Amino acid sequence: MALDRELMQTIIKRYPRSRSAIMPLLHYVQSVSGYVTNEGIETISELLEIETAEVSAVATFYTQYKRKPVGEYHVGVCTNTLCAVMGGDAIFASLKDHLGIENDGVTADGKVSLEHIECNAACDYAPVVMANWEFYDNQTVESAKALVDGARAGNPPAPTRGPSRLVTYKEASAVLAGLDDGLAREGVQAGEPTLLGLKLSKEGK
Amino acid sequence: MTTTQGSAVAVELITVVIDGFEVSVPKGTLVIRAAEKLGIQIPRFCDHPLLDPVGACRQCLVDIEINGRAFPKPQASCTIPVEPNMIVKTQLTSPVADKAQQGVMELLLGNHPLDCPVCDKGGECPLQNQAMSNGRADARLDGYKRVFEKPIAISSSVLLDRERCVLCARCTRFSAQIASDPFITLNERGALQQVGIYENDPFKSYFSGNTVQICPVGALTGTSYRFRARPFDLVSTPSACEHCASGCDMRTDVRRGKTLRRLAGDDPSVNEEWNCDKGRWAFKYVTALDRLTQPLVRNSEGELVAASWPEALAAAAAGLKGKRAAVLTGGRVTTEDAYGYAKFARIALGTNDIDYRARVTSDEERDFLAAHVAGSATTYRDIDTADHVALIAFEPEEESPIVFLRINKQFKKRGLKVTAVATKRSIAMDKLKAEFIKVAPGAESAAVSTLALTAKSIILVGERASESAGLFSAVASLAAKTGAKVAYIPRRAGERGALEAGALGNVLPGGRPVADAAARVDIAAAWGVSSLPAEPGRTTTEILAALASGSLDAVVVGGVDTHDLHHGSEALAALKKSFVISLEIAPSSVTAVADVVLPVAAITEKSGSFLNWEGRARAFDSAVADSHNRSDVRILSMLADALGNPISLGTVTAAAREFNQLGKWDGARVAMNTVSPASTPSVSGSDAILTSWRRLLDMGTLQKGEDNLAGTRRPTVAVVSPKRAAAMGVNSGDQVRVSNAHGSITIPVLVEDIHDDAVWIPRNSFASQALVALDAVHGEVVTVVKA
Amino acid sequence: MSKLTPVLSAHWDEKDSFTIEAYTRHGGYGASKKALAMDPDAVIQMVKDSGLRGRGGAGFPTGMKWGFIPQGDDKDHYLVVNADESEPGTCKDTPLLMANPHVLIEGCIIACHAIRAKRAFIYIRGEVTHVVRRVNAAIADAYKAGHLGNGIDVTLHIGAGAYICGEETALLDSLEGFRGQPRLRPPFPAIAGLYARPTVVNNVESIASVPAIIANGAEWYQSMGTEKSKGATLYSLSGHVNNPGQFEAPLGITLREILELAGGVRTGHKLKFWTPGGSSTPLFTDAHLDIPLDYEGVSAAGSMLGTKALQIFDETTCVVRAVLRWTEFYKHESCGKCTPCREGTWWLVQILRDLENGTGTEADLEKLLDLCDNIMGRSFCALGDGATSPITSSIKYFRDEYIAHLTNGACPFDPVKSTLFTGAVS
Repeated sequence: MALDRELMQTIIKRYPRSRSAIMPLLHYVQSVSGYVTNEGIETISELLEIETAEVSAVATFYTQYKRKPVGEYHVGVCTNTLCAVMGGDAIFASLKDHLGIENDGVTADGKVSLEHIECNAACDYAPVVMANWEFYDNQTVESAKALVDGARAGNPPAPTRGPSRLVTYKEASAVLAGLDDGLAREGVQAGEPTLLGLKLSKEGK
Repeated sequence: MTTTQGSAVAVELITVVIDGFEVSVPKGTLVIRAAEKLGIQIPRFCDHPLLDPVGACRQCLVDIEINGRAFPKPQASCTIPVEPNMIVKTQLTSPVADKAQQGVMELLLGNHPLDCPVCDKGGECPLQNQAMSNGRADARLDGYKRVFEKPIAISSSVLLDRERCVLCARCTRFSAQIASDPFITLNERGALQQVGIYENDPFKSYFSGNTVQICPVGALTGTSYRFRARPFDLVSTPSACEHCASGCDMRTDVRRGKTLRRLAGDDPSVNEEWNCDKGRWAFKYVTALDRLTQPLVRNSEGELVAASWPEALAAAAAGLKGKRAAVLTGGRVTTEDAYGYAKFARIALGTNDIDYRARVTSDEERDFLAAHVAGSATTYRDIDTADHVALIAFEPEEESPIVFLRINKQFKKRGLKVTAVATKRSIAMDKLKAEFIKVAPGAESAAVSTLALTAKSIILVGERASESAGLFSAVASLAAKTGAKVAYIPRRAGERGALEAGALGNVLPGGRPVADAAARVDIAAAWGVSSLPAEPGRTTTEILAALASGSLDAVVVGGVDTHDLHHGSEALAALKKSFVISLEIAPSSVTAVADVVLPVAAITEKSGSFLNWEGRARAFDSAVADSHNRSDVRILSMLADALGNPISLGTVTAAAREFNQLGKWDGARVAMNTVSPASTPSVSGSDAILTSWRRLLDMGTLQKGEDNLAGTRRPTVAVVSPKRAAAMGVNSGDQVRVSNAHGSITIPVLVEDIHDDAVWIPRNSFASQALVALDAVHGEVVTVVKA
Repeated sequence: MSKLTPVLSAHWDEKDSFTIEAYTRHGGYGASKKALAMDPDAVIQMVKDSGLRGRGGAGFPTGMKWGFIPQGDDKDHYLVVNADESEPGTCKDTPLLMANPHVLIEGCIIACHAIRAKRAFIYIRGEVTHVVRRVNAAIADAYKAGHLGNGIDVTLHIGAGAYICGEETALLDSLEGFRGQPRLRPPFPAIAGLYARPTVVNNVESIASVPAIIANGAEWYQSMGTEKSKGATLYSLSGHVNNPGQFEAPLGITLREILELAGGVRTGHKLKFWTPGGSSTPLFTDAHLDIPLDYEGVSAAGSMLGTKALQIFDETTCVVRAVLRWTEFYKHESCGKCTPCREGTWWLVQILRDLENGTGTEADLEKLLDLCDNIMGRSFCALGDGATSPITSSIKYFRDEYIAHLTNGACPFDPVKSTLFTGAVS
């Protein structure tokens, strides 16, 4: 699939100054190519009228921009302290073993890539696994294996708090480029821990 | 408190106490520099007086209190301006600041390879020096260090050893802030952060060498200097740059008679602390060229054979004796040498037939030089205060790079307005966000006369204005109408000096008009002769024509190559049939047809000076002490002796003294004849009007032997407009052929913002030597077709 | 009476709580209507009077921040909402935006009106795809309903994984299309922020708190909380507790009270250490259960309220392992700009690894503390300071445990025991 320059121009027009569009444009490149390609960097440089070095400086700063292809399902296991202690380390170790890949590795079939990630703002759902940056809450070794196995088989389980099906890495990247995929109304509004305080208060506690 | 400095500008002074000493500095001065005024050196890496403060390295932490209130933690003295009632305690008086600095130094050294014994920077390294002065004696960090593949070539000229880098970002800030070439950036993040390029686009900045010079460690090194010398084995001599009329202050470092590197000197009035890569790295020509070492005389068989100096001088004198002779000097000779040629022509040859312009010229230009340039004093400071800069037939980045940096500085600082009247948009125009007034080649003067300038504006006009009839006249009348200042910026380093020295047919030294009898008397008296020739001399073109027609017999040529001339092959033919004395450093098209060849010293082998475009003297000493080569003026003096008409300029010093004593002409200038613009040809189909100029880095003789530097040249392209490209059916990158009856050039095309009637090609680049291949100049019709 | 005061979270339990229909059903966009009819200065005054303080961690009075924006200049002003929630342990803005993005949009409208801005940017972290969908859809719906686009625009900007972008000036650089590294101050954002224009940068929860203040009045808001820490806020309880989750309560509640509501520490275990406001806030222990969780109370006890991210660790957790992991996080997230943070975290990690695996020495502990001293207050921004907090506070409370690693020659803890599920291999 080729980069759609017209679409890229509409992203640029969101901002008062074009350079601000560099991040959504990089997400967009990932939505087309699965990672930040040289073509992507060169096209952004051209559209924003800045040097290629300035684009790659930004692209290499942020963890989510990948300079080599990731899997169709990019799985991130939170191994920041709290998740790690509560099971994230065990999940990450077992997934590496199960998939036969290391951190930042991709399975040979290109379906799944693995990364240990930092705190993803879901600590009350620890241990947390993200797939294409969708929430998989309260994970165990078994549930995480089921997630990657499903992903490799082409039918990953739905996210805990997210749409009713897990979108691909490229599809998720399009959402991060600010493009609407029509799935905002799918999924729960909140999980149990989010609602705990409200529930207790209604119970008068 | 206020004080006045120089002019009437009042500067508010602020008094602060640093380590118990009071110091008064202008408002806005950073603490780190106020401390310098007291001789207190606060260690630093990212700080650079010409770059915006960044406060990144944290090496310069000091304790500060204002009005009795202390900052809770040490502050970066490179980011904080002085304030009234400020008390600063540096590492000398504050244990907290001292520990903070030692802590930062320890962290900077922790990941540094400490490979000083094999590092080019060893011995002149700010990290090494400050680690000694402000660091701990022992290392505590004994884990594993960061490692990177090394070195990586970020261009053919610059190598990067990332593990040595302290990430001060001086290089990236220079590139973005000063050169507007953000081709190197900080990449990655955290401990893996590193300087780098985008993989497909090397660091091809004309100013890249400055990053090597300001790197406070050995992370950036110049390819050609790497592993070549230890700083303490070098002998440094202050010098000036011979490559263009910007007039950079330089330093030449020599080891055992050989120049190993040149650095930008620090002259706040001119180049500040910068220079361009040509000035920095193009010096091997001195050794790379097949240097002439002894005089040559053409024998009866027509061969040039080695001769002794007395033999050669005698042969030269015999060839000139009683002949109608002229002088052609290139624009590269020093002011002293040019003065020697000027005096030689008048006294030894009895003629005003002298012209230093070994390039495309016009009579209009010569009038303009005599009327408006000789003795003028527009300076870099005028750019600093201008409200508007107009660029006429002048591409500052290509033709006088430090002028570009100065305009860019004011553009960045205060949005200085820049207008360019040109045939083609340029990279510099984009950087300066210049207003681009697009004209057909030859149609410049009409556009110039409409410019809305004021008395605070400045017109920068290049020598290429001579290629557009009426343009110098238009500039002169625009200046007269608006009161704007004019600065004429030639390309070559020696041109302004040659003009002031009188190496031109219509002016005597000091800008004295040949046509003015009083001016002639002035100089005749100074020179101790009864009179000087009154008839204005011929121009380069006229001299060559006269040689061709036989109305001149002989010519003394210094530093001229016929490939720089319009109709160079005809010029060569004219020289061939004349008696030619050539003063040169290396064999050239002129020495090949000369009757007597006299070897002269190259720039590093002699002392002398240039006048830069401002008319400011840029003096230098010989950097190579044991050179046996002589400056042109010394040889001319010997030749004049041999002719029996001494000019008595036996040394450069004598020439300089005499020239300076003459002073400037304070009488009336010869008014300029106004020249009308020629009509621009109308073109259709594959015909186009040629427009062409030289790039900074090209096939220039003085860049010989610098392959690393050559790797950063801008690509050779023919530029056409989108409309023409569409008509031709070409896209950028396709090959096109530019041709005329003389020849053709086939190179890739670049579709860009250029006048539809025009085609641009570089004048002296690889595969595109317009003068040689086409013998065509700006404004001539050529044919452009898809190749 | 309940100790909890759900305001932001009041309707999160409705399945469609994130829709504009649900939001307006409960009076949503009424506050902005009211505010738009008010003089901007009066809105600022009301927020000042409410005592609302920044919920992103620093606790700077929100109304005062708004008041710093020069008024009557002819420049564009901007509101930038910091939704880059990335501080370890912090998980309040993310569920808020997933459950009710409209309250933030309404807050943006009110804040823009107050500071005379025509445009707000919401800078949301990139690792939360579904939250991005919800916020984007909410913005689109707010435009459709005419709440946006009539003089006030909101643009969603999505990050790409960089903790440092939670620092407000790094966020602004990132939003301008540069590497997200902190800027030199001054100038402060209120004078020269986004595109060098006067800019207010506020946390999600701060802005989301504004509609209720406008609707119910400053006095109502002031009636909650403590003397200097007014109002209610989201406390996020996580870790070794029986029922983790979000608790919206008046400022000043204690961890003991929240733990009681949450069913206590994991059954059969006891509290060992906790963070009051994310990993950058110095650790507390079971000695701090009754500290009032407001800005002053936590500060007086030697830590910071931060983001009220209460991460609970029981006695099965090795504090050295926990601290090492946080330190690895700071090393990964250091932006690289300044020496102390970039280089310091590199060495802190190595020393802590040696200490955790028992190969270090007691001298390493002193080296660690001295390095922290050379980083704390020497770095360009607070990230470096934050990196030292878990280290210095853990050594303060658990020096013996560090020593135990050294005498034991290895970590004395079994990580399986702190894992929530069974089946983990040690």
